[in-house]
Amino acid sequence: MSQTLSVYNLMAVPLAPLAGALLAGVLGTHFGGNWIGRKASHTLTILGVLVAFGISVGTLMSVVNDGAHFNETLYTWLSVGGLKMEVGFLVDGLTAMMMCVVTFVSLMVHLYTIGYMEEDAGYNRFFAYISLFTFAMLMLVMSNNLLQLFFGWEAVGLVSYLLIGFWFNKPTAIFANMKAFLVNRVGDFGFILGIGLIVAFAGTLNYAEVFAKTQELRSLVFPGTDWMLVTVICICLFIGAMGKSAQFPLHVWLPDSMEGPTPISALIHAATMVTAGIFMVARMSPLFELSDTALNFVMVIGSITALFMGFLGIIQNDIKRVVAYSTLSQLGYMTVALGASAYSVAVFHLMTHAFFKALLFLAAGSVIMGVHHNQDIRWMGGLRKYMPITWITSLIGSLALIGTPFFAGFYSKDSIIEAVSQSRLAGAGFAHFAVLAGVFVTAFYSFRMYFLVFHGKERFDQNPDAHHDDHGHAVDAHGHDDHHHTHVPHESPWVVWVPLVLLAIPSVVVGFLTIEPMLFGGFFKGAIFIDAEKHAAMQVLAEDFHGPIEMALHAFSSLPFWLAVAGVATAYYMYMVNPALPAAIQRVAAPVNTLLENKYYLDWINENILARGARMMGTLLWRVGDETIIDGAIVNGAWKLVAWVSGGVRRVQTGYLYHYALVMILGIFVLMTYFVWLK
Amino acid sequence: MTLTLGHFLSLGAMLFALSVIGIFLNRRNLIVLLMAIELMLLAVNTNFIAFSYFLNDLQGQVFVFFILTVAAAESAIGLAILVLIFRNKSSISVDELNTLQG
Repeated sequence: MSQTLSVYNLMAVPLAPLAGALLAGVLGTHFGGNWIGRKASHTLTILGVLVAFGISVGTLMSVVNDGAHFNETLYTWLSVGGLKMEVGFLVDGLTAMMMCVVTFVSLMVHLYTIGYMEEDAGYNRFFAYISLFTFAMLMLVMSNNLLQLFFGWEAVGLVSYLLIGFWFNKPTAIFANMKAFLVNRVGDFGFILGIGLIVAFAGTLNYAEVFAKTQELRSLVFPGTDWMLVTVICICLFIGAMGKSAQFPLHVWLPDSMEGPTPISALIHAATMVTAGIFMVARMSPLFELSDTALNFVMVIGSITALFMGFLGIIQNDIKRVVAYSTLSQLGYMTVALGASAYSVAVFHLMTHAFFKALLFLAAGSVIMGVHHNQDIRWMGGLRKYMPITWITSLIGSLALIGTPFFAGFYSKDSIIEAVSQSRLAGAGFAHFAVLAGVFVTAFYSFRMYFLVFHGKERFDQNPDAHHDDHGHAVDAHGHDDHHHTHVPHESPWVVWVPLVLLAIPSVVVGFLTIEPMLFGGFFKGAIFIDAEKHAAMQVLAEDFHGPIEMALHAFSSLPFWLAVAGVATAYYMYMVNPALPAAIQRVAAPVNTLLENKYYLDWINENILARGARMMGTLLWRVGDETIIDGAIVNGAWKLVAWVSGGVRRVQTGYLYHYALVMILGIFVLMTYFVWLK
Repeated sequence: MTLTLGHFLSLGAMLFALSVIGIFLNRRNLIVLLMAIELMLLAVNTNFIAFSYFLNDLQGQVFVFFILTVAAAESAIGLAILVLIFRNKSSISVDELNTLQG
C-alpha cells in the first residue's frame, strides 16, 4: 500500500453501494419495469458492498501500517460569499475504522437478507434500500465537512424511515416510521442550529478549518448572554446526536422501529446508523473538550439512557424489543464515555457493540424464522436442540454484551466504567453508579431472554396467537413445508447462519486484539483530541493497562464482573429454577411494573402533552389567527366595512327631487354664510 | 310712509322663502314644484328691479327681461317633461318619482 491513499479508491467506497442500490432499485422494481430478477439484484448489491468492504480494509491497513492520511475536497457544490459547500473525504483512523465496521456489518446483513427476505415480494426494493443506506452511512463517516456529514445524517434517516415502514401495509409500521422521522426532526433541528452557529462564528464547514479556530472560539460568548459559545454549539450538536443515537428523552422512536424487518434492525438500528451520533461527537472532540458544561450534559444524558432503558428491557416479551432496549442502554454507555472525554473508548465500544449487537439481532431474526414468525419469547423455549448454530452464536453475543472477560464487550465496557470513575466532572458520580448498575441490569435481561428462548420447557406449540399472526409480512409464508403445520422449529438456511458465525468471530476476538492500539496506541492520533490536563481519564487508563490478558484476569476480582455474574444468576434462578417468581414480583411491585410497562409514560407525555399541545396551539392559531383575524377581520372585514358605510350613505340618496333641492339650497346657505360673514 | 329698498328686498326674500318651502313641503304635485321655481325667479326679479330703480341703473331691468324669457322657456320644457312623466307613470305625484335613488 502506498503512503497516500488514492482518491479514486476512496470514491469507489461510497459509490459502489450507490451503484448497486440504483441498479437494484430502478431496474429491479416496478419502477424500471422489473428488468432484473432477484438473483441479479442481490448479486449486484452484494458485489457493490463487497467492493466497498475490500477497499475499506485496504484503507484501514494503509492507515495502520503507513499512517496514511487523506483530507481533500473533491468538488465544490456551491459557494456563497466566503462560505463554500463542498464534498470531500477525510480519512484517518476514526474514519477507516468506521468504514470497515459499516461495510462489514452491511455485507453480513446483505448475505443474511437473502435468506430472511426470501419469500418477500419487496425483495429487490429491500436490497436497494440497504445498499442506499450503506452509501449514505459511508458518506457520513468519510466526510471532511459538516455539510456532507449532515447530508449523510439526513440520508441515513431517510433510509431508516423507508425501511421501518418497509411493510407499508402494516399500520403499526407506518406509525413507527412516522414517529422515527418526527423524533429525528427534533434532534436534527438542534444539529443544524449547531452547524449554523459554527458557520456563523468560524465561517467554514470544513472540520480542519473549524478545529484550527478553536482558540478563537473558546473566548467567545453567545451573543446577548454570558454563556460560552462553545457550550451552546456543543449542546446543539449533541441534541442532534440524541435524536440519531436515541438518547433519553429522544429515544422513543428506536423501540418502535423494530416494526421493520430484522436485518435492518441489525444494520441500521443497532450497528451503524444509531452510532452516527457517537461518531459525530468523537469527530467534534476538539470542540467538546472546550466545554465542561456540555460534557457534563452528555454524560448525564448518557447515564440516564444507560440505566433506565436497561430496566425497560427486563419486562419486554418481544424478542426484538429486548434487543432494542439493550441497544439503547449500550448507546447510553457510549455517550457516558464521550462525556468522560474517553472518546476513543466510546468509539471502541461502538465497534465491539456493532459486531455483537448485529449478531444478536440477526440471531433474533433467525429465531423468529425458526419459530415461524412468532416474536414473543414467552412462547419459545428449548430451542437449542433445534437451532444449534443460532444458539451458540446467541450465547456468544450475549456473553460479549454482558462483558464476560476476554469477549469483545468486556474490554470496551470495562474501559468505559474505568474512564467514568476517573472523570472529575460533576455528573461523574451518578454516571459511575448508573454504568455499574447497568452491568447487572444488562446481564439480567440478556440472560432472561437467552434462557427463555433457548432453554427450559418447549412452549412454542402453546402460543395462543399462533395462527393469528400479527407480526406478518406482506407475503408471510416463510417455510411452506410440513414444519409449518407441526410447529417444530428448524435451523435457518446457510445464508442466515454464515453471517451469524462471521459476526460471532469478531464478537469474541476483536476487543482482545484491538484494545491496545485503539485505546492506548496512536490509532486515533489526529482524529480525536483530548485536553489531557483537564480530563485525565485516558492517561490513567493507559497507566493501569498492562495488556489485554492482564486486564481480563484482573476483572475476576473487580465489581463489574461479579455484578454481571449476579445478573446471570438472578436470571437463571428466576426463569429456570423458580419460574413462578417473576409473576410474584410483578404482583408485589405492581406500581413499578406499571411504570415500566408504560415506558416511564414518555410516549404518553409525547402524545398527550407535546403532540396534543402542538395540535391545540395549531388549532388556536387556526381558529383565532387565521379564521378570526386574517379571514374575519382583515379579508371579510374590509368588504363588511365598505358595505356598512355605503349602507348608511345610500339612505341619503332618497331619489326624491325635493330632498336634493333642499340639500342644494342648504349648501348655498352654508357657502354664502361662509363667504359673506366668516371670510 | 315711503317705500325704501328694504321693503322691496324683504318682499323678495319672503317670496323666495315661500318658494323654497313650497319646493320641499310639496309632496304631491309636480306642477306646484314648477310654480315654486317660477316664484323663486320672480323673487329674484323683484330684487333686480328694486336695485335698478334705487341705483338708477337700467341694466338690472334688462336682466329681468332675460330672466323672464329663460323662465318661460324653462316652464315650457318643464311642462313637456311633466306630460311625458304623466304618460309613463299615470301620475305626477312627487312621492312616486324616486327613481334617482341609488
